[in-house]
Amino acid sequence: MQKIMVCVKRVIDYNVRVRVKPDGSGVVTEGVKMSINPFDEIALEEALRLREQGAATEVIAISLGPDDTQQQLRTALAMGADRAILVRHDAPADPATAAAAFMALVSKEGAELVLLGKQAIDDDACQTGQRLAALWDRPQASAASKIEVVGQSLRVTREVDAGLEVNEIDLPGVVTVDLRLNEPRYVKLPDIMKAKKKPLEVTDLAALGVEMDEPVTVLKWEPPPQRTKGIMVKDAAELVSALKQKGLV
Amino acid sequence: MSRILVIAEHAAGKLNPSTAKVVACARAIGGEVEVAVLAADGAAVAAQCATLEGVSRVLQVDHPANEHPLAAVLAPQVAALAAGAGHVLGPSTTFGRDLMPRVAALVKAPQLSEVMAVESPRRFRRPVYAGNAVVTVEVAEGRQVVCTVRTASFEAVGSAAASAPVDQRSVEFSPPAHTRFVSVSAAASDRPDLQTAARVVSGGRALGSAEKFQLIYSLADKLGAAVGASRAAVDAGYAPNELQVGQTGKIISPTLYVAVGISGAIQHVTGMKDSGVIVAINKDAEAPIFEIADYGLVGDLFALLPEIETLLAS
Repeated sequence: MQKIMVCVKRVIDYNVRVRVKPDGSGVVTEGVKMSINPFDEIALEEALRLREQGAATEVIAISLGPDDTQQQLRTALAMGADRAILVRHDAPADPATAAAAFMALVSKEGAELVLLGKQAIDDDACQTGQRLAALWDRPQASAASKIEVVGQSLRVTREVDAGLEVNEIDLPGVVTVDLRLNEPRYVKLPDIMKAKKKPLEVTDLAALGVEMDEPVTVLKWEPPPQRTKGIMVKDAAELVSALKQKGLV
Repeated sequence: MSRILVIAEHAAGKLNPSTAKVVACARAIGGEVEVAVLAADGAAVAAQCATLEGVSRVLQVDHPANEHPLAAVLAPQVAALAAGAGHVLGPSTTFGRDLMPRVAALVKAPQLSEVMAVESPRRFRRPVYAGNAVVTVEVAEGRQVVCTVRTASFEAVGSAAASAPVDQRSVEFSPPAHTRFVSVSAAASDRPDLQTAARVVSGGRALGSAEKFQLIYSLADKLGAAVGASRAAVDAGYAPNELQVGQTGKIISPTLYVAVGISGAIQHVTGMKDSGVIVAINKDAEAPIFEIADYGLVGDLFALLPEIETLLAS
């Protein structure tokens, strides 16, 4: 295949303990480290490996987000993407809007495979890849833990509740990736320097002809209900007797 | 009264227990609840759906292409059945997570993922940031709503006194040839199902090997419990992926959850913090799992597990 597009989302870093603002208007983002959604990073790594194996010629990192998302796209370029496109959008991205924006880029660039994470760790929506596949009227394979190229098709192993499911999809198509697909590479300093010279195009929804349709309003943010710390038992006998007393065993 | 369409999940002629929980969410929204069964031959599953409390009608759509649950095949049929429905609901299992967004895109509706509470037919609560925050969201009037329902948040409905009618439906569609089912490696097990079990015993990285992970199976069998695992244990190859409990694995709420050798990373806690009673066994007294455990026991799991088994038998 020629082009692989990888969607990368700018999210609060995986290691940050996310806190809801006291006024319930959102989560604290001031001074918080932002990163590429870890699932998308795995998608990018897979795209790079496919290119390195000769199965693809170009990897394009794409994103929908505020101007600062250029930082994450530069990281994607440093990892090895050939170029990047940012669809600038200041409001939090709704999965429907993201899918519409990516569909516009796919049509414009003529990608044959779109790879992205199975979910973003901020809104945990798990929607964008499947929505894109529907808009494109092409196959989808979600939660991939293995991707093999077989001619003009992909054989994808998916992590499902029952175990591992294998599907075959014809290209072009969309694959969303799970955690065990690969281990993303570390970015080296010379690559960061090189990435500064790689092309990063900035566009917006209007230029792509994408109309927003966001009928969902967030009314309130709250911290989750907390469990209270229970008791520490001194040994196995005390534990088993407590559980027996409660009728749990 | 508005129609609510529930998409049944099933395999090998058996209804997945998640469907009874999605029906519970549909009843909380309030409306005429229809359950759609898309299968190659859905008669047996449709009959099971018809006995769920609160179901008005079962729509049985038989088609040879529906033998395996491929989203690209099912979504256009669900979209056709969804015409005129106010809400379209599926479980937030891997089946629902795969299918429902494709349906939402086809019917041009917003989707609310992992719905955990219904405040009104337009207002719902759902977790974000791995459960570190809960948002209350509202969908604009007049818009169809697609939801995946967080099954751990709803009690399954019981059986109805009388069975609901089953309607045979046929949907005009040409099954796409671009997506093909090859295989599924479902491990045959007579242990309770992790997603619906009343008791779960989970093991973490501290087990140290797949061989030693057998200690978890042994205790689970004594308790009649399902087996779970942390992501670390699955990544290390001690347990298969379908046992993973957490943000990216299964989200469960058993009556009793026993976490053995699991430190309690937030991604794991997200998957089990709605459990009735949590027991934690860990050698590190500072492990975060103890912050949420009802009963904590600090010690060497390799000594404690056999001892607990003996005590349970006495």
